[in-house]
Amino acid sequence: MSTASHASDNAGKPASGKPASGKPASGQKHTAGAYDVRTVIAGLIGFYGIVLTVVGIVDNSESDRAKTGDVNANLWAGIAMIVVALVFVAWLRLRPVVVDPAALEKQADEGTSDGSDLPKQ
Amino acid sequence: MVLAADETLRLDANAVDYTLVVAYFAVVMLIGFAARRRVSDSLDFFLSGRSLPAWVTGLAFISANLGAVEIIGMSANGAQFGMATFHYFWIGAVPAMLFLGVVMMPFYYGSKVRSVPEFMRRRFGTGAHLVNALSFAIAQVLIAGINLYLLANIVNALLGWPLWVSLILAAVIVLSYITLGGLSAAIYNEVLQFFVIVAALLPLTLIGLHRVGGVGGLVDKVRASTGGEADLRSWPGEGLSGIDNPVLSVIGIVFGLGFVLSFGYWTTNFVEVQRAMATKSLSAARSAPIIGSFPKMFIPFIVIIPGMIAAVLVNDVTTAKAAADPDFDYNNSILLLIRDVLPNGLLGVAIAGLLASFMAGMAANISAFNTVFSYDLWQQYVKKDRPDAYYLAVGRWATVGATVIAIFTALIAAGYSNLMDYLQTLFGFFNAPLFATFILGMFWKRMTPTAGWTGLVSGTLGAITVAVLSEDSLGGLSVGALPLSGQGASFVAAATAFVVDIVVSVAVSMVTRPKPVAELAGLVYSETPKETRTDPEAHLLPWYSSPTKLAGIALVMVVVLNVIFR
Repeated sequence: MSTASHASDNAGKPASGKPASGKPASGQKHTAGAYDVRTVIAGLIGFYGIVLTVVGIVDNSESDRAKTGDVNANLWAGIAMIVVALVFVAWLRLRPVVVDPAALEKQADEGTSDGSDLPKQ
Repeated sequence: MVLAADETLRLDANAVDYTLVVAYFAVVMLIGFAARRRVSDSLDFFLSGRSLPAWVTGLAFISANLGAVEIIGMSANGAQFGMATFHYFWIGAVPAMLFLGVVMMPFYYGSKVRSVPEFMRRRFGTGAHLVNALSFAIAQVLIAGINLYLLANIVNALLGWPLWVSLILAAVIVLSYITLGGLSAAIYNEVLQFFVIVAALLPLTLIGLHRVGGVGGLVDKVRASTGGEADLRSWPGEGLSGIDNPVLSVIGIVFGLGFVLSFGYWTTNFVEVQRAMATKSLSAARSAPIIGSFPKMFIPFIVIIPGMIAAVLVNDVTTAKAAADPDFDYNNSILLLIRDVLPNGLLGVAIAGLLASFMAGMAANISAFNTVFSYDLWQQYVKKDRPDAYYLAVGRWATVGATVIAIFTALIAAGYSNLMDYLQTLFGFFNAPLFATFILGMFWKRMTPTAGWTGLVSGTLGAITVAVLSEDSLGGLSVGALPLSGQGASFVAAATAFVVDIVVSVAVSMVTRPKPVAELAGLVYSETPKETRTDPEAHLLPWYSSPTKLAGIALVMVVVLNVIFR
């Protein structure tokens, strides 16, 4: 666990709840912040959750209830997705991923993860 | 080419559903755009794949595999054969993933082999390299055709356009996805895709179970249905393998599917192996497939169960199964269930998840084809020593060309009423001989360059012979001389390819000259120094990060699952 890790795995365990931000934090710790994949998951699943919850509340028609066997599926799924999104946000805040500039330096020319821009596999 | 359910399969998506679909692609495109502009070093950090948290690499590892074929094919299998489909996960995937993590990954990591064609060229020279690159390129456009066909199926279900119009539209969608940088943020797509698919399939499974009266209701209904008791048992799986003798059926499943097909797939699939090798240490690379095996164990519950529910709940499937309609397209089972049980809203999530995985799957096939075509074939054998820009241009044309060809290979895929039959047949042709040559060349230093390519060619010919002699593997081309059909035929074809490849390779090696041992360092197990195959810091890891201990836990769990759902 040298180049990057969940911060709390490191020796100097930071106080929990250190806010994750895209900008380098005040010290030398630089967290992945907005581009942490968990931010993206929380954002999209959270958005889905909110939309489904609203749909479940305002538009729970007879035909929908017939399909689901009389369960307000949108509402329940929406609430569950919001909870999942919140768990991701909490995880993100408690254990931000720390970007190690030294590791980045080394891989600056290594391209994207799928290798699509590599000249030769 | 009859789409039996075509008339009835219409998904009534409304504005909310489309909003959810658009939101997904907006996020993917935005990240792709940001990635190509390199707007943030933390974005670079995630995309480089190195130093990612283990759970991300593990999920990305299986997400690349959780595509169209898995969702549509496995639910189709579930509808048609019931619980025997679990073999594809607990026999046909998890053991091979663990083998990859425990045995193969140290060798790959230490020898710095980066792709299968590269290994073939260095180990056996140009003969085996050319055969492998050609067969890989063909396999990719054939598999891209499957993804394109499934994508077109969804377009068709949404808009009601005829198959060929849907195919062209789907091809245009995939091309724009690749052009707009859809692949440049692959790690994000894969992890995101995983969660969206779970968000779609978990409610589908739960609502479906609720509709049939819970787990007990499902069991009762399946028992009373056409499938009956056989659909509730996974062994000996005669329905799945199409082999009537229970003993031979078990051998077919364990050796054909569990060993040749699945070990061949997982150990030579470098799209996924590279994902793992990009990690910072050998232990992390070994952990990727092992961590991935845990979610992989539980995916069948949200893929196969919906298929089984569809078989007892959806009228079209129930009647077709009762009438043993040979033209019924089981691939539509999960779409029919989605139509019948998901309200608008959740429907949008399901469509987003399915479109995302099919599109990403096809884009990955096309880009793999592009790489092999431009660099392994064109640069190596047609036009050497041109500037990089030249090969990039070749690659762009290859992308367009492969997409157009995929429209036609999609029509082949459309002819199969159960796509797993087709896919496993292809794997038998391409992966099984490759695995045999790969594993023999890696552990037997005496194996000669001539044996490399003759083994591959004769293995593939062996599998094709079995497919032609079977009842239906190649549709109209099969003559029915052997009493084999469906997936059993592909298990036997794969096993034949493996055995023929090994026998021919050994025989040819005996009469031809091997490479000097000095040239085999890093390519043959015994010639690769032990230091490069071990992680010096491995003993410092806590038990939950130790690859072998995790693999042990996974193995015990998968055995328990096999016993519970026997």
